[in-house]
Amino acid sequence: MNAVSPIRIWDIPGGIHPEENKHQSTAHGIETVPLPKQLILPLQQHLGARAEPAIEIGERVLKGQLIAEAAGMISCPLHAPTSGTVSAIGPAPYPHASGLEEWAITLEVDGQDEWIELAPIADYRSLEAATLLEVIRQAGVSGLGGAGFPTSVKLKARPEQKIHTLIVNGTECEPYITADDSAMRYKAEQIVAGIEILQHILHPEQVLIGIEDNKPEAIADMRKAVGERTSMQVVVFPTKYPSGGEKQLIQILTGKEVPSGGLPADIGMVCQNIGTLLAIHDAVLLGQPLIKRITTLTGDALQHPTNVEALIGTPISDLLSFAGLQPERLYRLVMGGPMMGFTLQSTAAPIIKTTNCLLAGTQEELPPPPPAQPCIRCGLCAEACPAELLPQQLHFFALGKDYDQLKRQNLFDCIECGACSYVCPSSIPLVQYYRAAKSDIRALDLQQHRSDHSKQRFEHRQERLQRETEQKERDRQARAEKAARMKAAKEAAAAKPNTDADDSSNEPDVARLQAQKPSGLSPEQKQLKIAAATAQMALKKANKQLAANPENTDLQAQIPELEQTARDTQEAFDKAQGELATQPAAEPVAGADDAKKLKIEAAMLRANLRKAERAAGENPSEEQQAEIAKLREEAEAADARVPAAPAVKQPVDENLKKAKLDLAMARAAVRKTERELTSSPDDADLKAQLETQQQTFNAAEQVLHDAELNSPIPPPERQKVDKKPVDETVRELKTNLATAKADFKRAERELQAAIDAETDTAPAQDQLTATRATLDAAAKAFADHMASKETH
Amino acid sequence: MSMILTAVLVLLGLALIFGAILGYAAIRFKVEGDPIVDQINELLPQTQCGQCGHPGCKPYAEGIANGEPINKCPPGGESTIQALADLLDVEVLPLDAEHGEEKPKMVAYIREAECIGCTKCIQACPVDAILGAAKQMHTVITDECTGCDLCVEPCPVDCIDMLPLPTTPQNWKWDFPLPGAAVIATDAQRGAA
Repeated sequence: MNAVSPIRIWDIPGGIHPEENKHQSTAHGIETVPLPKQLILPLQQHLGARAEPAIEIGERVLKGQLIAEAAGMISCPLHAPTSGTVSAIGPAPYPHASGLEEWAITLEVDGQDEWIELAPIADYRSLEAATLLEVIRQAGVSGLGGAGFPTSVKLKARPEQKIHTLIVNGTECEPYITADDSAMRYKAEQIVAGIEILQHILHPEQVLIGIEDNKPEAIADMRKAVGERTSMQVVVFPTKYPSGGEKQLIQILTGKEVPSGGLPADIGMVCQNIGTLLAIHDAVLLGQPLIKRITTLTGDALQHPTNVEALIGTPISDLLSFAGLQPERLYRLVMGGPMMGFTLQSTAAPIIKTTNCLLAGTQEELPPPPPAQPCIRCGLCAEACPAELLPQQLHFFALGKDYDQLKRQNLFDCIECGACSYVCPSSIPLVQYYRAAKSDIRALDLQQHRSDHSKQRFEHRQERLQRETEQKERDRQARAEKAARMKAAKEAAAAKPNTDADDSSNEPDVARLQAQKPSGLSPEQKQLKIAAATAQMALKKANKQLAANPENTDLQAQIPELEQTARDTQEAFDKAQGELATQPAAEPVAGADDAKKLKIEAAMLRANLRKAERAAGENPSEEQQAEIAKLREEAEAADARVPAAPAVKQPVDENLKKAKLDLAMARAAVRKTERELTSSPDDADLKAQLETQQQTFNAAEQVLHDAELNSPIPPPERQKVDKKPVDETVRELKTNLATAKADFKRAERELQAAIDAETDTAPAQDQLTATRATLDAAAKAFADHMASKETH
Repeated sequence: MSMILTAVLVLLGLALIFGAILGYAAIRFKVEGDPIVDQINELLPQTQCGQCGHPGCKPYAEGIANGEPINKCPPGGESTIQALADLLDVEVLPLDAEHGEEKPKMVAYIREAECIGCTKCIQACPVDAILGAAKQMHTVITDECTGCDLCVEPCPVDCIDMLPLPTTPQNWKWDFPLPGAAVIATDAQRGAA
């Protein structure tokens, strides 16, 4: 491209030509402000996240030292503009339309202005673009034109999009402001050096330096500085407000429009402000971070309007007094220009990286706006709008707060230039409507974003709670299962015969088998298991008693002159003992057969006892007596086990119970009479009494049978119904009762069998008589115990 | 005869083809759930505060979908009622005072010196915005707090305050201009004058 070939200039729609008022501040060049006593360095001087303080209160910092770090991608670090001591970190006055305070680092200046060691890069051409971008980022460079977007981010905004045009914005279209103008006049060489750095980073095909034709000195100086370079071109175009808007300048210089909502990088362009280029130059070639800027001090309230190179953080009051503020004339202090600036509420606030102008206006200069009148739909605003929007439509929608319509009307393409308000014959503060509507929409969007975020958090929390509940439920079930297993194992352990004296090799296996049994038993199985366990307890007791009298066996073996009957008893006892010894191993695995086996056992023991008694005759020896007593004990214990087994069974049928009680009473009466009869066999009265009592007994028996037949409880279970659990406190008593009942039960069952087999009652009758005989013998034993109970 | 038969067969064939397409579409493009509930839920402020009498925003959305009044959400306020009215094409109702009044956005603040570390507020917070552990001081993550008030009640030492969210330069909003002076008096103004 030829540097001298005239480049075509386009025009932008709309625009206005307000009074320029630039000449007042250009007379003195760039002046330097004396060091202020205090600097206020807000942590938010740029767009994006607030910087994070990197120093402590009371720390001495040197000029150029990092005092706050960038917090995130779109953020900007902050450096000490001079040496001094950090006196505060906290809310401090802040130049903002709201007049609110913002977090800032307050620096007490020590006046020495002592630099940290700088690392200038003389030969930046040997460095990678990324390295240079990092240098620019670390130097805290953000756009100095107004928005304050971090420069390094802007330079790599669209990595996939090749930047073919770099536009340098020397327009400075807003009235009063001459900061860029003076920079171009007095620092043209540095600006061009800054452009060259960006050329090295971006490799654009062309560089266009756009300057309005109202700055002839700046144009001349810049042309001089550019010199023979063919890669960059100073483009001069007619003055019109707002040509200096980024999108407007691109349109003027290239004829291309940045898409709505897009960035210049989308069409391969990037636009940088003159002040930003100076900062880039300082950052790379001098190694100095962004700590100062050129600011215009102007307005009729100042005696000495000028441009100053001021340290960032310098209080506005200091600058104004430097420029000779006449407080009595000051009506309105504006930061920025008269079109886009905002009114400052306090002069305590400092200047920040984006402060290009301080306008101290008198009342004549910045008169209060006349009262707004209704829109007359004249359409002047639409003609003035550089963004080709429909300001009056936006105004009406903003009045009605119809945010959807505002968005549809591209409110966010409004650059808030104020041209519409300027031309409005009704003096409607249109821009204020747009700003308010924009901040409302942003707040709503933020709220929507937050509510989505909250919803997500809420849903995640619900999910988590759900998971936790499910986990708890699973754990609970696992625990319950474990507890059930433990219980089963415990029962198995309890069921495991505690008969170490008899057998110790066999039991563990049985116990293991038991333990391995699944816990899910059917109710019958469970009942049998419980019954087995109870039976085991009873068996254990019997074994204990056995172990308590082991000397008996020895005694038997040691006495050779033992009588034949006694030897028979011994043999029977040994046999019974053998039965007992083998019993435990079989018992746990076959709970169903337990009761039967125990009954058989008990019956055998009883038979032995009777045999021994018979053998002992009328005059039993001491030996025999002991033997008999022991056998009786055994038999009783065995009997006790049998009825104890089904103790936990079904509830007792009341009729059945009553019938049984009646029967037992009748039988007791019969037995008593029988006993009396044995002592005096010739008593006729007693015989008659026995006759009637036996009749009563038979009747009671019949009642019982009827009751049994009518009982709702099925026969197999009913047979066991009358067996009460062994009560701990009256165990002795119950054991005795159980013995008697077991005897009767036998007879009863046989009777039952006979009744069941209706066709053939003869064998049943025989059985009944046999039972009666057994019952008589057992009754004797029972009577002894009754007696012992009575004495007890 | 064969003409009629052909026509019947062709129509039958077409019916089968379109039936198959419709059947496939019914499965392929099946809409899960009730989309209106989700749309309503989108408009609710998601504070999960329960002031509407439902245990969260979604249940209230379901309630609204089933014909409940749209004016039971104090945190959402007028703008939510407006949005719901637009969505459901129903009349805009004033906020039902029974469920509370529209307040500026609040955030919970724990007076940390008084906190005993009971974790009750943590359990109450619907968005997990309170940080802390048993017998450790708790604090509120202000950015996550929805200002739902649910943590205030369970606190045994009453150390939680609901404070209005401070205005900062970041969340400050431009005011709309005050209405200008009317040059021509309207009937209403004449009556007032």
